[in-house]
Formats: sequence, C-alpha cells, structure tokens
Amino acid sequence: MERRKGWSAETTAFLFPAVVFLLVVFIYPFIYAIQLSLTDGMGAVTLANYIKYFTNVVEMKTILITLKISLPVTILSIVLAVSIAYFMRRGIKHEKLISFFLMLPMTLGVVLIAEGMITYFGRNGWVMMLLEQLGFVADRTSLIHNYFGVVMSLFIQTFPMGLIILIGYTSGIHPSLEMAATMLGATKAQTFWKIMLPLMMPGVLIAFALNFTSAFSVFTSAIMLGQPTSLTRVMAYAAYVHAYEYYDYNFSATICIIMIIIQLIIIGFVFALRNRLYKGASAVGKG
Amino acid sequence: MKDFEKLIMKDVGMSYGDLHVLRDFNLTVDRNEFVTLLGPSGCGKSTALSCISGLLHINDGRIQVDDEILDDGGHRFVSPEKRGFGIIFQNYALFPHMTVFNNIAFSLSVSHKPKDEIKKRVEEAIRMVHLEGQELKYPSQLSGGQQQRVAIARSVVIEPRLLLLDEPLSNLDTKLRIEMRFELKQIHKRLERASIYVTHDQSEALALSDKIVIMKIGKIQQIGTPKAVYLYPANRFVADFMGYKNIWKAKISEITESEGQRQILLESNGFKLISRSIIAENIQVDTAVINAAKLGEEVLVAIRPDDISFGAAAVNTLEATVEVTEYLGTTNQVSAKFKNGTLMQARVTPSHSISMNDRVTFNIDSHKIFVIPDDKEEA
Repeated sequence: MERRKGWSAETTAFLFPAVVFLLVVFIYPFIYAIQLSLTDGMGAVTLANYIKYFTNVVEMKTILITLKISLPVTILSIVLAVSIAYFMRRGIKHEKLISFFLMLPMTLGVVLIAEGMITYFGRNGWVMMLLEQLGFVADRTSLIHNYFGVVMSLFIQTFPMGLIILIGYTSGIHPSLEMAATMLGATKAQTFWKIMLPLMMPGVLIAFALNFTSAFSVFTSAIMLGQPTSLTRVMAYAAYVHAYEYYDYNFSATICIIMIIIQLIIIGFVFALRNRLYKGASAVGKG
Repeated sequence: MKDFEKLIMKDVGMSYGDLHVLRDFNLTVDRNEFVTLLGPSGCGKSTALSCISGLLHINDGRIQVDDEILDDGGHRFVSPEKRGFGIIFQNYALFPHMTVFNNIAFSLSVSHKPKDEIKKRVEEAIRMVHLEGQELKYPSQLSGGQQQRVAIARSVVIEPRLLLLDEPLSNLDTKLRIEMRFELKQIHKRLERASIYVTHDQSEALALSDKIVIMKIGKIQQIGTPKAVYLYPANRFVADFMGYKNIWKAKISEITESEGQRQILLESNGFKLISRSIIAENIQVDTAVINAAKLGEEVLVAIRPDDISFGAAAVNTLEATVEVTEYLGTTNQVSAKFKNGTLMQARVTPSHSISMNDRVTFNIDSHKIFVIPDDKEEA
C-alpha cells in the first residue's frame, strides 16, 4: 500500500474539534474585541477610544498601577522559586509533604485566599488581635486593603506555578555537571551562577511569562484586598467598570486590547532574551 | 599544584548505613602510574574513585598523597576542588550551554587566570586532543568521540596531579573505543602524571594499565600487572573475570620441583592433569598463592577455552561429548561434556568438522593449566 507523506484526511479530521473550540472560545472573542475597540457605540470605525484612553490621566495611571503590582510579585515569586527549586534539586527529606504545602494554594480559589487573608490580616484579623494583646499596637489597623494585600495574595497564587516549573528544570540538570564544576575548582557560588542558573534560565523565563500574565490580569484580589477605586485600580478593574457601570463596551474592549498589547510586549521582551541565551537540553548524551 | 610521589589508600572503608560499599581498601599509586580498578557493576570501583576525588567521604582508614592527608574518615578532609585532581565522567558532564572553548577554559576562568594565559592554555589543550576548529561549537553539535575529547581537554588543562577516569569509553562504539583507548594512553604518557581508571572491561584494563586492581563487592581480590592478573589469577573470581571459562575442582596428587620448574600432578573430572609453571618468573604476582599448594589439597584448575586443542597428546588428554558448537569465523566455540557431567568450553580451529554428540579427544598444554585455591566461593 502506498503511503503518502503529510496528513491524511482522517488525521486532519482529528484536529477539527480543537480548531472549532479555539475559533469559538478564543479567536472570535478576540477579533470581536478588536472590532469593538475600533468602533463607536453606533458601529462607525474610529480611533476615538484609543485617543480617549491615552489622553486620560486616570486611565493611563492604571497601566502604571498594574505594572507596579504585577512586576514585583512576579520577580519575588520567581526569585524564591529559583532558590527553593535549587535547594530541592537532589531531593530533600519529607519532599512530598513539603511540596504538598507549597502547592496547596494552587488548589484554593482566588476568593478563598482573599477571604483567608481578610480573616488573618484584616483589622479584626488574628494578627492584629495578637499584636494588640501583646501590647505592640494600641490601635488595630488593617494590614490589607492596600498595595501589600494585593501583592501578598498574588504571590500566594502565582508562586506554586513557578516552583513546579523550576523544580522540573533543576531536577533535569544531571548531578554530574555540578560535580564536574566542583572538580574543576569552582566554588558553590560560581557553580550556581555559571552552571546551574544558566541551565535553569529557560525555565525561569517561562515561569516569568506565566506568572506575569496571571498577575497582570489581576482582578478579584485587587477588589477584595485592595482599594480598587484608587490605590489598586488595575486595568482589569477599569475594564470591568467601563463595561458594567458605564455600559461602554467599546471603551472596555479598548482597555482589554491595550492590556493584551502590554503583556505581549513584556513577554516578547522575555522571549527575545531567552533566544539570546542557550536553549538546548540541560544534558548532553552520546553523539 | 605540586606533584606527588605516592597516593596511598590505607584500610579505606565506606558504607551507606549498613551497606559496606568499600572494605579494607589498600592501594598505592605511584607518580606516572596508570592504575585500573576493574570489576563488575556494584563492586565499588566507582565509589573508590569518588572517595579519591573527594566527592564522597570515607568512613574508615585514610587517603593521603605523600604526607598530606586528604581524608581520614573524620575531621580531616580536603575538599575536592582543593585536591588538584581532574576527573572524566562516564557521561562526560560537559556544560551544554558553553562552547567547546568555554568548557575547556572553565577551570582557568573560575580561578581568575589572565585572559591571554587562558587562551594560550586552552589552545594547547585543544591541539592535544585534536579538536582544532571546533572551539565555537556547543557540545550537542559534537559526536560522542569529540565530546569525549572535550572532556579530556577540560580536565587536563589545569594539569591535574592525578587524573581520574570513570568508565570514559563505555558510551562509545567498539571502533571508537579502541581508538580513544590508544589516545588515552598517549595522553597519559604526555601528562607524566598518575591516572586511575575505572572500568568493567578486562580488555581495556589489560591494554591500558600498569597495575590492575580487581574488585568484587567492595573488596580487592587481586592487585598486579596486567600480565600477573591474566596469567596468575589469585582466586576463582579473578580467573572467571579474566576469561578462564573452565574452572574445575581438582585434587593435588604430587608436587615436584626441578630447575626452576614446578610440576603439579592433579586429578580432575576423572582425568590426570599435569600443570607446569616456572617458579621464579619475573612478574609481580602474589606467588604465595601458588606456592601454598599442598599435597592432597582440594584446589581448582583454571583453563582458558583458547588453550584447549583437538587431538591426543603425551599428557593432559581428555575425552568429552560435544553438546554445542558455534562457528565464530577464526575459531569454533565448542561446549563439551565429560563423563561426570562437567562442562568444558574450548575454542578450536574450525578446520575440524565436528557435530553434536561426537565423542572427541582434546588436550591441554601443561603450561596453561593454572592451579588456584578453592575459596569455595560462587563465581
């Protein structure tokens, strides 16, 4: 029987459900949002939404606020994930149990984490009560409903994902590389900076991209644990307000498109950096 | 770093909990010597190498170079990077994100050597392993043999006072393995330093070494020159490992010595055998093993398949029934059974046509029958 190269009709058919799903759930809404952002309420094509956005100080400020929240959270979670993954690279005692607790936040929803943080860090939360009882504070104040609250909750949400990715990368680095570096006279620090970190770098960048996009689109935490009308007026919240309080779908769509563009710029920057670095396997087998 | 005259391992022991991986390990390595640790997997040879390199701590005994103690199983421990040893791993452990040049330059750059010195020494090392023109490639772009060369260049560029090699040829195909074996020997000679080589391949050990250390489950079985361990295996295990496929129980019935020759009359499998050996042969061997042979003692005789030939002779003529023959090109591998059921392995010239169940006469050169003590161990 003759076998043709390429895909047969049968194998192509297997793709059909996935293609339909993508079209309906991702592509169509995306194109629809672009279309909304480029038209006014009557359907006429215009750039007015974008002009309005970039001339409005309040809206422009949301970009800065969102970056000010998402970038530090991402960097903090990645730095901690790198160090913990490095520490766990050869396995540790009670690894399963420790991993379980590190991963636990992933199984909790955003709302649950926020609720927990309110009962813990809020004005009537355990922390403040304890500090008052011990006489450290005279007046209880809330530790959340500010910048810190949002950053904390985002950290709890994003950290496990970064850790999972980085543990995968570090445990894939063959132990003999580290031994070789030692035998060649490298100190522990030199081995980390010159061997381990560069080999972890592809994972670091992927974890960064994932954590950043998740932190950048923060919404629930900014409302429940921040001050959504001022201090933590993030872009997603602004988009929500314009859509469901002012019923201006076109302007809301514009904000969404701008969000996407900013994320794409930062991720593009990260991947450009990745391409400049080594991107092969972390071990060399026989030739 | 200063060269040493002797590396000494004295009563070294190493265990993981109750599992003794190394016991009473005693070995001296001279400067310029090529020593091979040989044994099947799990014999502790790689562990011994790791102990020397400092990647593992020992539990008992001590390791020292001249008067400098590297590890005494207690507080005195020189960390691996301060021992001045180079190591080549089985998987080469090349840094995949660095070019060939940077891999080789690694040890020099972490010790902050000046740039032009690094360049000069790396180029020298690259020339030595014949990798000119590959400097800017990454390890994944090289063949197995080239990766091996990079690994060698990387460990010799610091001019280590001892080179440790952990099965460096086992990832290569047969042809390349023999080529690289030759080159390793050349490099060893050019470095004029000691090398310790770990392998499970007896032909590699015989080809490369000045001294072979044969190990079994953490214990040294025999130390000697390639010729000594090949011709005078100390026990059943070594004999078996060195290719003595025929190891039979025997009883000594007479020992005579004359003109530097010893003759031992034996009885084995219902045949009378004569073993002749030169007493004062000038090779490094634990002659006590052979000298201890006593009248009436139960011993073992070890014979290589290649030392058995067809036909009757004045002495050592045996009869057996052929079970299996395998044609191997230059030789015929024959398995035959004696009357008492013992199997015999012979490798004979294929000119004789023999077939299954043939009753065939064989003979053995009396100088090729080796008497070894029956240590009652399972081979």
